[in-house]
Amino acid sequence: MTNPQIILAADVTTNRPHANVAEIEQKLGALELIWGIGAVRKTVLIIVLAVIWQVYASYLDNPLLFPTLSDTLTTLYDRFADGVLPARIWTTLKVLITGYVAGTVLAGVLTILAINTRIGTDFLETMTAMFNPLPAISLLPLALIWFGLGASSLVFVLIHSVLWAVALNTHAGFLGVSRTLRMVGGNYGLTGLSYVVRILVPAAFPSILTGLKIGWAFAWRTLIAAELVFGVSSGQGGLGWFIFENRNLLDIPAVFAGLLTVIIIGLVVENLVFQTIERHTIQKWGMKE
Amino acid sequence: MLQTTQYANNTTAERADSLQCASARPLLTVDKVTLRYKTPNLLITATEDVSFSVEQSDRFVLLGPSGCGKSTLLKAVGGYMAPVSGAIHINGRPVKKPGADRMMVFQEFDQLLPWKTVLENVMFPLLVARKLPRSEAEERARDYIDKVKLTRAADSYPHTLSGGMKQRVAIARGMAMQPDILLMDEPFAALDALTRRQMQDELLQLWEDTKFTVIFVTHSIAEAIKISNRILLLSPHPGRVKAEVIDVDHARHDDGSAVALERDIHNLLFSEPGHRE
Repeated sequence: MTNPQIILAADVTTNRPHANVAEIEQKLGALELIWGIGAVRKTVLIIVLAVIWQVYASYLDNPLLFPTLSDTLTTLYDRFADGVLPARIWTTLKVLITGYVAGTVLAGVLTILAINTRIGTDFLETMTAMFNPLPAISLLPLALIWFGLGASSLVFVLIHSVLWAVALNTHAGFLGVSRTLRMVGGNYGLTGLSYVVRILVPAAFPSILTGLKIGWAFAWRTLIAAELVFGVSSGQGGLGWFIFENRNLLDIPAVFAGLLTVIIIGLVVENLVFQTIERHTIQKWGMKE
Repeated sequence: MLQTTQYANNTTAERADSLQCASARPLLTVDKVTLRYKTPNLLITATEDVSFSVEQSDRFVLLGPSGCGKSTLLKAVGGYMAPVSGAIHINGRPVKKPGADRMMVFQEFDQLLPWKTVLENVMFPLLVARKLPRSEAEERARDYIDKVKLTRAADSYPHTLSGGMKQRVAIARGMAMQPDILLMDEPFAALDALTRRQMQDELLQLWEDTKFTVIFVTHSIAEAIKISNRILLLSPHPGRVKAEVIDVDHARHDDGSAVALERDIHNLLFSEPGHRE
């Protein structure tokens, strides 16, 4: 019988298997590091696509069907310079923001009612079940009769496109808040609105943000489509009208410039605005991998 | 001196009274409390006729196998559920709803608000429930964060902390409020064994500093003996008081009395035929 012994690592001098391991951390090569950045890879892709566009359009040589990238960019620059595009963008964004904010606020009110009362829950569930599958643009003819040709019809349709997506996600997010966090909120004596604002909203923020993103995407697509239909009558037309108008004038590079503007604004909002919010909230809080 | 008093099943309240050394009014009294909760198709009786009282600066442990309703009992003390019969009083006031005079520390690591840093997490209840001015709340929060040895992590977000650190924050948050009672629901159950022992030592150290009153729920007999000065033993299905162990803090490891007590409690809890844990 021998007693247990503890042999300290520092005492082992004869046999050291790790002596030949040089460094635990080694730097990656510069090229590998750069290629590891998603934005770099995507930029390269866009450049490649742009080159293909330019080469193919030059080869086709038919600006009525398919203008070159350089023509499109020149037109884009000209229309920006003469103030037409900025005015159109402003018209579109004004309507968009009005509808988006109104829809989000309404969604907030509905969800707060739903989380506090059972009849509110039933109301929200029934309404989302009915209206979520209904494409907002299909309400446009009706809206035109109710509100006339103008921004108010557009805002009505936008509210419809934003409201249900945001409400649905926010409500699901509220329901998904863990029991422990709810109990913590109760422990602090928080009730009613302060409980919703201080505990539920931040705890459900990942879902709420998803809802806001989906709502934005719906609203943007709906608005451009609606403007294509009747942009001419709403005083000053928006981006959709810009595209439609230039098609009628057979100014195809301008049509492409309009489409490019739609894409760029969509990208900026989705990738810059929402990603910035995401970085400063749910990523910082570790609520998203 | 060690005492283990076995109760007859029915006369719990009188016995509980007789066990208390006569002080004016206990901090918390739980009087013949029966708790029931509903699952979608069952009505479950969690505890039946449970009575006990907690004095100032007690480290009171609710101990029992799973299904003895100890966590449910703690939730009732916390005000999260109302007893079907019986009454719970704290400082003579009936417990009706959750409140900051009874701060809870949960088992789950997600009890910290992930959108707030450690400091903000500890400050938050001081601001919303105690209505302290910001500077005072921050000062007190930093004080308690120091106490649980997290000074360097004060500005970190919870998701960057280990499980043990998160539980320390939760304890600091509870203690900073200086509640009448700290309610701890198996706070160390999800920790690894080494961290768990360390946390038990630190909790005792904190108690030495401030002599706070705590009710601690656990299913580990060893943990109960290490932490408490009084243990309430509960039997399962439904939870009833089986015995109360007093002067637990007199049990010592060097003379073997702690080990003997652990064995006694084990035998008492698992003496019922057909029940194994």
